[in-house]
Amino acid sequence: MNPADKPLVLIVDDEPQIRRLLTVLLEANGYRVLTAAGAREGVVLAAQHRPAVMILDLGLPDGSGRDVLRQVREWSTLPVIVLSVQDDEAGKVAALDAGADDYVTKPFNAEELLARLRAARRRATGPEETAVICARQVVVDLASRRVTTGGQEVKLSKTEYDLLRLLARHAGKVLTHRQLLREVWGPGHENDTHYLRVYIAHLREKLEIHPDAPEIILTETGVGYRFVANE
Amino acid sequence: MTERERPNPDALLAALQRDEARGRPGRLKVFLGMCAGVGKTYAMLEAARRELAAGNDVVVGYLETHGRAETDALATGLPALAPRIVNYRGIALREFDLDTALARHPKLVLVDEFAHSNPPDFRHPKRYQDVQELLAAGCDVFTTLNIQHLESRAEAVAQITGVIVQETVPDTALAEAEFELVDLPPDELRARLAAGKVYLPERAATAQDRFFRAANLSALRELALRFTAEHVGQDVLARRGAHGTGGPWKSGHRLLVAVSASPTSASLVRWTRRLAGELHATWVAAYVEPPRPLSPEAQARLARNLGLARELGAELITTTDEDWVRGLLRTAREQNATQLVLGKPATGTLLERWRGGSVLHRLIRDSGGIDVHVVRAEGAPAAVAGPRARLEPPAPGEWPVYGWVAGIIAGVTALNALLDPFVGFYALALTYLCAVMVLALFVGRGPVFLAATLSALLWDYFFLPPRFTFFITSFQDGLMFAMYFVVALVLGQLTARIRAQQTAERQREQRATSLYLLTRDLAEAPDLAELLAVVIRQVGRAFRAEVALSLPDESQAAGVTAYFASSWSLPDKEQTVAAWAYQHRQAAGRGTDNLPAADGLHLPLLAGPRATGVLSLHFPDATPLSPAQRDLLEASTRQIALVLDRERLRDAESQARLLAESERLGTMLLNSVSHELRTPLAAISSAAGGLRAAGELNPVQTALTRELDEATGRLNRLVRNLLDLSRLEAGHLRVNPDWHDLRDLVRAALHSLGGALDRHELRLDVPPELPPVRVDAVLTEQILVNLLGNAAVHTPPGTRVDCSARVLDGWLVLCVGDNGPGLPPGDPMRWFDRFQRGPEAAAGGTGIGLSLVQGFAAAQGGTVRAENRPAGGALFTIRLPHTPPPALPEETP
Repeated sequence: MNPADKPLVLIVDDEPQIRRLLTVLLEANGYRVLTAAGAREGVVLAAQHRPAVMILDLGLPDGSGRDVLRQVREWSTLPVIVLSVQDDEAGKVAALDAGADDYVTKPFNAEELLARLRAARRRATGPEETAVICARQVVVDLASRRVTTGGQEVKLSKTEYDLLRLLARHAGKVLTHRQLLREVWGPGHENDTHYLRVYIAHLREKLEIHPDAPEIILTETGVGYRFVANE
Repeated sequence: MTERERPNPDALLAALQRDEARGRPGRLKVFLGMCAGVGKTYAMLEAARRELAAGNDVVVGYLETHGRAETDALATGLPALAPRIVNYRGIALREFDLDTALARHPKLVLVDEFAHSNPPDFRHPKRYQDVQELLAAGCDVFTTLNIQHLESRAEAVAQITGVIVQETVPDTALAEAEFELVDLPPDELRARLAAGKVYLPERAATAQDRFFRAANLSALRELALRFTAEHVGQDVLARRGAHGTGGPWKSGHRLLVAVSASPTSASLVRWTRRLAGELHATWVAAYVEPPRPLSPEAQARLARNLGLARELGAELITTTDEDWVRGLLRTAREQNATQLVLGKPATGTLLERWRGGSVLHRLIRDSGGIDVHVVRAEGAPAAVAGPRARLEPPAPGEWPVYGWVAGIIAGVTALNALLDPFVGFYALALTYLCAVMVLALFVGRGPVFLAATLSALLWDYFFLPPRFTFFITSFQDGLMFAMYFVVALVLGQLTARIRAQQTAERQREQRATSLYLLTRDLAEAPDLAELLAVVIRQVGRAFRAEVALSLPDESQAAGVTAYFASSWSLPDKEQTVAAWAYQHRQAAGRGTDNLPAADGLHLPLLAGPRATGVLSLHFPDATPLSPAQRDLLEASTRQIALVLDRERLRDAESQARLLAESERLGTMLLNSVSHELRTPLAAISSAAGGLRAAGELNPVQTALTRELDEATGRLNRLVRNLLDLSRLEAGHLRVNPDWHDLRDLVRAALHSLGGALDRHELRLDVPPELPPVRVDAVLTEQILVNLLGNAAVHTPPGTRVDCSARVLDGWLVLCVGDNGPGLPPGDPMRWFDRFQRGPEAAAGGTGIGLSLVQGFAAAQGGTVRAENRPAGGALFTIRLPHTPPPALPEETP
């Protein structure tokens, strides 16, 4: 592959070791890498080089990871994957609500990060809307509003279908509780998380082969849900 | 249902609140009789026996059987409190002991003779106030009352029987009471009297003469019946209003009675109270303060009249106006009064009649939409013309002034005698006039009047020919004399009045100034100490009193402690009074209804519902406060209370800020430590992953990268536990409850354990019908991680680990058990202490896992338990509070 065809990844992290490591890892897996140590530099590089994906550390020492996200989102829809620490559920939710596409928790697993990168790229470059979304045995046909599992049609209530459609249309992406509640139940219900818990349990009962070990609708504890579609 | 019949929500709410008010404080039941001897105490005891039989906690607080055998018999066997015995002027008196009753706190207390006056030095001057305190403490009370002791009926009783009743109870004390009328036909009562069943035989005859005449009894009985009927009627009306059964609504009337220092005002106030009761109207008692200060006697009478109005339930308004009519009408309009009540003008001298008539005329002319009641006032004259009516008789302190005035006029006469040979006797009149005018600048109206009269007479006697007689021969001299008299009188009075107005003006200005100074200095005070110093200085100056401040102090039983820099160091007795004022949020001490025997006046500083302290004043003399001073004091206390409250809030705020700052620093430190520890971990683990992702590895390399993964996972859990522990230690743990599916949390816990449980048989028992639970996801996940991780470490491979969750009686119960060796002997709860390590775990474990579990459960309001199962193995049970989630919206298919 011509080096110029390789997708460009911008890494914004204040830790040189992480920058070095990610550079090695990503270059070995077919990416070009650009690194920035701080918020200002990150925004400037993003504007100059138009990277395909950005990996952004939320824990920049001046706490400005979110500022970078906000500034970049003013002019770009490029996929942003956030690196966050373990206990900072609120920070993850805020970053996702502010337009981040995905997050990886430190200490992260290399395979996981690479998978997320691929998914984010696919969402960004793939066709705008697909009418049929497949996830393992489940097929969601948005055009005819039909849902089947293993070829059998599944009867869903209106709310169940709305919730599933929202998750499926953003397959691979984490949708926060707030986003889901606002879209399906309307503003004013953003804190009624128990609605989600009950309806997600219904959907899993109807769609998953093992509702106790779900493979299609995954819980991101304290953050939201992720719909895993076939690649 | 028509609009009119629909229950008025406000009325329903009011009725509900009344019911609630009855539910919380005690219930008062009054056994009402027309006079002594109808069997009130007997009826009360019968009712008490019924309550006792129903299993209620009944205690006789105080009983006055008057030695009647039947009553005594009924009282025997009822539990009773010992009376308080006090020695009053050499007589041992039995009295109700309030403190014993409060300490005993029964469900129901019997307190005979509601209208009784307590001996001096008791907390309250009246027994009904004792009862009010009992009710406020939540005890129900049965009591007895004769109709003549009711404030609003006392006057009527006095007219009927000619006996003036001293011990009266304000109607407001009975506002929430339930009445039971104890009725007896007059003839039967007289028969009982004759049979000696009422008073002790030797006293029966005298009592009968004075009070128990048949005509009297019928009238009293009618009063009692009417009162009860009215009361029942009010209750019915209140219910009817609430339940919308039709009928009269609140009248919307508002009465305003003009109160003055006149003795007739009291009967005017009672009259208005009755009218207000009949109309179901609210009422206001207004006092228009004249520009001139009142004499101390008038002051005291005014205070009595206003006090009566307050006791009967009126709202009090004081205003100042030069013109009485204008002031009264202004107040009436401001208060939205619909009806005005005033006394009939006096029918005394021609002048008084004319004045009264003209005042009334002007009032009626200018009253506009307000109805005016002019009521015959009992007692002394001149109710309407109040301030202008007459000269006050001189106060004892003024007598020397009259002496001085007479002396000066005598001196002027001597001077005139010297001047007489040189000037005509007409010129001497001017000397006198000059003296009267000068005097008017310094003395009051009475002395000026004396000076004018005396000088006219002396001039006539000594200088007008014929001398040394009061005769006047020429017409010219007569005219001169008359004119002198009139001019001296009018000029003198005018000057004196202007001066009095100036004095009053100055006083008002002083009041305004002192309030202004207080407000200004309070606003400028930089800290609490200076603030308190300002209060003590300014209040002391404005009221010429010694001042003490008591501030809330939780460490004291009384709730307050005296401020050390007060200008009046509170004696112990006064401290008790101040504490009482603080606890009951009522004024206490001199001039009030609570503990009036105290030396000082103790005012609670009320800011909203809470008291921020007590202001105590000690006056050097015994003169009561004027209404103006009272107003000023009230305004000052309000100011002080607000400022103290503000100070308290500021204090709390800076405390909170300090706390937040320390928390912020702590969090920052933890975050940076966490960052420093985790960055290398992240590097190691992603490097291991990177190796695998880079391409085909040989088996050795694969095994090595897996070791790296496992080691970083373990180190990561350890770092996390240590950080959690320091958060827990520092009290910075934040609980963030939300609704979760417990199965998600269990899965997350298993995920973060990695392969730790791979060599065990795991049995999960979380029923699918388990409702969403409201917990902190991170903390609960960590509880499970630690418990399951412990089970993996402390049991041999191949054994079983159970994890179950249930909702039981409002608790979410999480159990993690194993069938390993179980807990070593000893108190199993000790494993939740920090750094307690299991013996077989010598190679691993830091001994903080279980203490974290305990801390995380406690942070969520839960409990932990460790035990050995009967069948072998350890069992850990975590209970977290659970409330069922709110219902989901109904879905339209």
